[in-house]
Amino acid sequence: MSNIPSELKYTTSHEWIRVEENDEVVLGITEHAQELLGDMVFVELPEVGREIDAGEDCAVAESVKAASDIYSPVGGEILAVNEDLEDSPENVNSDPFGDGWIVRIKLSDPSELAELLDAEAYQGLLEDE
Amino acid sequence: MSRKTALYDKHLEAGAKMVDFHGWEMPINYGSQLEEHHAVRRDAGMFDVSHMTVVDLQGEKSQAMLRYLLANDVAKLKTPGKALYSCMLNPQGGVIDDLIVYYLADDHYRMVVNSATREKDLAWIDQQATAFGIELIERTELAMIAVQGPNAVAKVGAVLGEDRQQQLEGMKPFFGRQLGDLFIASTGYTGEKGYEILVPESQITELWQALLDAGVAPCGLGARDTLRLEAGMNLYGQDMDEQTSPLAANLGWTIAWEPEDRDFIGREALLSYKEGQDTDKMVGLIMESKGVLRPGQAVVFEAEGRELRGVITSGSFSPTLGYSIAFARVPRQIGEQAEVEIRNKRVAVRVVKAAFVRNGQSIC
Repeated sequence: MSNIPSELKYTTSHEWIRVEENDEVVLGITEHAQELLGDMVFVELPEVGREIDAGEDCAVAESVKAASDIYSPVGGEILAVNEDLEDSPENVNSDPFGDGWIVRIKLSDPSELAELLDAEAYQGLLEDE
Repeated sequence: MSRKTALYDKHLEAGAKMVDFHGWEMPINYGSQLEEHHAVRRDAGMFDVSHMTVVDLQGEKSQAMLRYLLANDVAKLKTPGKALYSCMLNPQGGVIDDLIVYYLADDHYRMVVNSATREKDLAWIDQQATAFGIELIERTELAMIAVQGPNAVAKVGAVLGEDRQQQLEGMKPFFGRQLGDLFIASTGYTGEKGYEILVPESQITELWQALLDAGVAPCGLGARDTLRLEAGMNLYGQDMDEQTSPLAANLGWTIAWEPEDRDFIGREALLSYKEGQDTDKMVGLIMESKGVLRPGQAVVFEAEGRELRGVITSGSFSPTLGYSIAFARVPRQIGEQAEVEIRNKRVAVRVVKAAFVRNGQSIC
């Protein structure tokens, strides 16, 4: 069974969100998602400063197998991207909740967080799949 | 209901992630496709290829029938065990399947055909065989393991024991030899040295385990795909199909035009293509910038003052080279440079021959 940290929020499309101070969040893909995608060989990151809408794709994870869009469930401004992934995309496989983070976003509407799944609900989703 | 090979439990035991592959439950990887790929390039890896179909042709007119069925000419095969790669064409010159045929005796040939095309292949071959009054025997009791890599021959040798190892000594590439219950062929699909071993299903688990114990890494379909792409080998259904002639799929070398009086299915259609020179061709693409080339992406280039377009048929990240490579079917006018459309962006690619790695080293 995949690791599902209890302090994070989740999406039905297998992203995770860590809520930090000052309405900032960090986004990545879950352990389950990286398992499905397989060995990561490239992550296409957005430009810092870009404004994104909730539900919009903000990055592309390319594994040996396939390319997958990564969606942000929240709108806001891209504050930072994980540049280490340019040389070490495999961090998404080895440490999806840590070194494999993808973008940091400044929320434009913090109330959107209420739509996200908690760890228990996400676990339920995986069990149903 | 999908079918399982005799090694199904061994795959699960080795931690395989199983997927449906043309009606068979097959391992896509055992944890890391990249590590499996490197195991084959650097040491030795093995694949369960029991889903492939083995068909024996027996009868006096076997050779005559195969000379009519296949675009390559089995009359070239004179030494027992010698193998030949060929396309089997439809009357329009499209590829029904690609296959390997082994010459065992004048009245006995063995073919190994793809699993994806099994039903239509068997029906088509059977139709031709019946017309020649010969018997088609599907060898469903045989299972098959491919062992590939620079250390594959030594590791298989150790497993087979000294006697059988000696009997294999000096066997050239593209030969098969019957050793007791085992049929061992120096063929493969990765560009590395190695064997494809046909074995009665009842013995395959034991052989698999012995190879595991000898340090041969189990490898899934994922690694098989990146390995064959690096090696410049076509995948049926992706790089060619019934609408594609071998001439457009980089397989012109497999057509035996001589002797001119040999009639084979599709010959007439191929001749009209050949004279017209109007078919597309298959090339290799290299993209050293970040990103991954994928099947279906458009290839664009300028020639004769206008924009021409082709399409990627197979594309992936090359684990050996560290950047993306692809096969593309394109108009013949293509030069050394082109662009590929990746998610609304155009990225520059270099055009090369459709082969990238030999014996673990870059050749592009």
